[in-house]
Parts: sequence; C-alpha cells; structure tokens
Amino acid sequence: MKKSLNTPNKNFASCIAVLLLLVLWQSVCASGLIPEFLLPSPLEILKAFCDELPLLWDNTLITLTEAAAGLFLGMLTGFVSAVLMDTFGILYKAFYPLLIITQTIPTVAVAPLLVLWFGYGMAPKVVLIVISVFFPVTVGLLDGFRSSQKDAVDLLRSMGATRVQIFRYIKFPSALPQLFSGLKIASAYSIVGAVISEWLGGFSGLGVYMTRVKKAFAFDKMFAVIFLISAISLLLMGLVKFAEKRCMPYRNTDGKKGG
Amino acid sequence: MKKLEVKNISKSFGDKQVLQDVSLELNDGELVCVLGVSGVGKSTLFNVISGLLMPDCGNVLLNGTDITNKPGNVSYMLQKDLLLPYRTIEDNVALPLLIKGMKKKEARKTVSPYFSVFGLQGTQKKYPSLLSGGMRQRAALLRTYMFSREIALLDEPFSALDTLTKSSMHSWYLDVMEEIKLSTLFITHDIDEAILLSDRIYLLSGSPGSITSEIIIEEPKPRSKDFNLSPKFLDYKRKILALL
Repeated sequence: MKKSLNTPNKNFASCIAVLLLLVLWQSVCASGLIPEFLLPSPLEILKAFCDELPLLWDNTLITLTEAAAGLFLGMLTGFVSAVLMDTFGILYKAFYPLLIITQTIPTVAVAPLLVLWFGYGMAPKVVLIVISVFFPVTVGLLDGFRSSQKDAVDLLRSMGATRVQIFRYIKFPSALPQLFSGLKIASAYSIVGAVISEWLGGFSGLGVYMTRVKKAFAFDKMFAVIFLISAISLLLMGLVKFAEKRCMPYRNTDGKKGG
Repeated sequence: MKKLEVKNISKSFGDKQVLQDVSLELNDGELVCVLGVSGVGKSTLFNVISGLLMPDCGNVLLNGTDITNKPGNVSYMLQKDLLLPYRTIEDNVALPLLIKGMKKKEARKTVSPYFSVFGLQGTQKKYPSLLSGGMRQRAALLRTYMFSREIALLDEPFSALDTLTKSSMHSWYLDVMEEIKLSTLFITHDIDEAILLSDRIYLLSGSPGSITSEIIIEEPKPRSKDFNLSPKFLDYKRKILALL
C-alpha cells in the first residue's frame, strides 16, 4: 500500500528535478554567460536532434545491431561457460581467476587491437561487447547456481531426478535473480561498448557519427547523440527489467506481502 | 505385511561412526516414529533409507526388493518444507510427477483432487511465500504423498511450527492418515508428538546411534482429542523418559 503511493511521487520528484535543470541550462545559455558554440542550449540540441533524425536513425540501427549481436553472443557464451564451470569443479578452479583478470583489462585498450585483428567492420565491435557482456552473465549465473539450496537438490535427488532435471527445476530458476542483475549491467555495457569501438575505428554507427560532429565542432549535434545514447541504454535496461518481472512473477507477490 | 525393512545399517563419516547396526521395519499402513535427541544420526538414517547415502554395510528392502543407495523409490520430506519459491503451490506439488516424466497439464490434473483432502483448497495458484507455516507444511506433505503412495519418510515434519499450530497439525494429520493410509516413518525429538501419532516408536540413542528399544503404543485409532491428557499417555511418556 505504502509502496504504491510512493512510486508515482518519486517519479514526479525526479521529473521536476530534470525539468528545473533544463530550465536553468536554457536560461544560462540565453543570458550569454557561456559562448553558444561551447555549450548549446537544450532547445538548440532538440533542434539539432530533429534535423539530424534520419542520419541518427540509420546510425542507431547499426549500433543497435552490433549491441544486440554482442549481447546475444555474450549471453550465450556466458551461459555455456557458467554451466560448464558449475558442472565440472576443475574448470571452475582453473578458469575463475582468469575470468576476473580479463575484467581488469580496460576495454579502451583492447579495442584498437581488435580493430587491427578484425578490421573496420562489425566484427571487432561485436567481439568487444561479447568480452564485456560475458563476464557479468557468467559470474551472475555461477553465483546463482551456487546459491541453490543443497537440501532442495537432495529432495529432487531423492525423487530420482536426473542432473538435467535438477538444473531445470532448481539450479536455473534459483540463478534467475542474479542472471537478471548481470543482464542489466550487460545491456548498458553493450551500448557503451559498441560506441567506444566505433569511435576507435569504423565506417558507421553512433560512435562514428560522434567523432565526425566532434571534428566539425558541432556541439549541438554532439549533445544530441549523447542524449540519444543514454536514452537507448535506459530503454534497454527497462526492457531487461520488464523481462525480469515477467520471468519472476513470484517476486511481485512477495513485495505485496511485505508492503 | 512388511513394507520396508532396514537391516543392520552402519554408517561413518571419516573417523566418526554415526550409525551402528540399525535395523527396523515398517508394516503396511503403519505410522512409526524414530525418536532421539538431536545429533544422534536420525537424518543420516533417513538419507540412507531414501537412497541418498550409501551405508557402509547393511541394506534397505522395499517390498522385499533391495533399494540400498537407489534414490527414487520412497517419498522423502526433508526437515524444511523446501517449497520452491518460484513455483506455485500447484506446480510445487506436481513436481514429483514432472520428474517422473508426466506432462505438465496432466500432472496438474492429477494433483488437483488432493487439494481438498489436504485442506489446501484455493492455494493452487498461490506462491509459497503467501502461505502460513502450517499450510506450507501441508503442501510439502501433499508433494511427498504425490511422489509415492508406498512409503513416506518425514524428517521432523512439524518441528518448525509454533506449539499451537503444531497441535492443530497433529489432529489434522491423524485425520488425513485415516483417509489416505500411507505407511509412514517419521523422525522427531518431541516425545509427546511421538506418542500421539505413532503406532510404534523406535528409540535411537547413543554414539554411534543405535536402536535401543521399541515401544508399541496400543491406543486404538482414531485417537480421541484428549489422549495426550490421559494417564495412559503419561505412563508411556514416563517409560520413554526412563529409557532415554
């Protein structure tokens, strides 16, 4: 009860805050305190966005394709490796530390190498996203598998369940919460990863568009694309959240009881 | 008729011997209790009977067939209710049937008439977190029953409940057992519960644990509501306390 009253209020407050910030920004620009070419006003950014819409749309499609391909492949490899590492203890011991180390390597440092190896097409972008998505998914799933209750596994074993059945009825569903929190991070990574690698070399995509407008000192277009990128990331995270709610309806009823 | 025979079971973990030469039997339709203090090896014994653990020696026979270390033959309800939070009560209860390879639709159909027998009407589509402790326990019992009508092993089925819920669960349980006649072996450390529910009681004690005595409760069933206040009940209790 309390919760359902709170949520719209919270949204309302943050909407007001954003609105106030925009008004402040607009008035600072209008007052002439900051030169227009350095900081374009929100209205100018909006205008740039509308003017550039067809071009932005084409580039967005490219970036989204890369992100989707990377996310899908990253999830797939993450899932397979988590299952393998959970099933075979030796693989877990051998590769878990390695997994951590891969995450300490900065993506920006690897991206140019990937361009050298895979060229200027989509491949290096997808590979970079796979590398950054793979980790949160694998670690999330592994922790999730391990969090499944030993007693519940015993119960299923006492019923004569096979390994596959134990995985299906106990291990996988108990890993869902961790999988989704991994996915939320991964979806944000995927867009950022795509943009960064486009930035470092490529022919199309929002990252390439960004470098072009930067060289032209078109800061209004620059801001437009920045906002577009964060909007896309938010949208993706929202999608993951939606899927999470659909996949775990029991969590919603939990909340009702608690509130 | 003998349903289950447990013969000369011994089990050690490393250097520590937990069970020594434990033998017991369960007849058709009987409710038999293994009574003992915590840590005496009751749960280990049940893990052996259910086939989860391999005993060092001895064997377990179900209707004369050896089922030692062969899981999937007897129903086993572990100490916690272990209802899976992400499945509705209906799907939790149907789980044993799914594991046996039944289709989901058919499994749901098979379990549905038992909801009223177990006093669980209206909970089919609910998630376990919305149910009270007593109701969760009923659901766990129904799931155990759905697995096999042969024999149920219950590991302290009522120990997590508060005293009042527990006593109402006891009378509920006796009623249900009148209806479904399930041969049951159950563990408890509660003497009152053992006398109230059982046809026979095995005392498991010592270290390593072994069966030290067998007590037959001759009170006919269905037992009256105030059996646990009668002098006969107290006599049994006195006897058991002296033996422990």
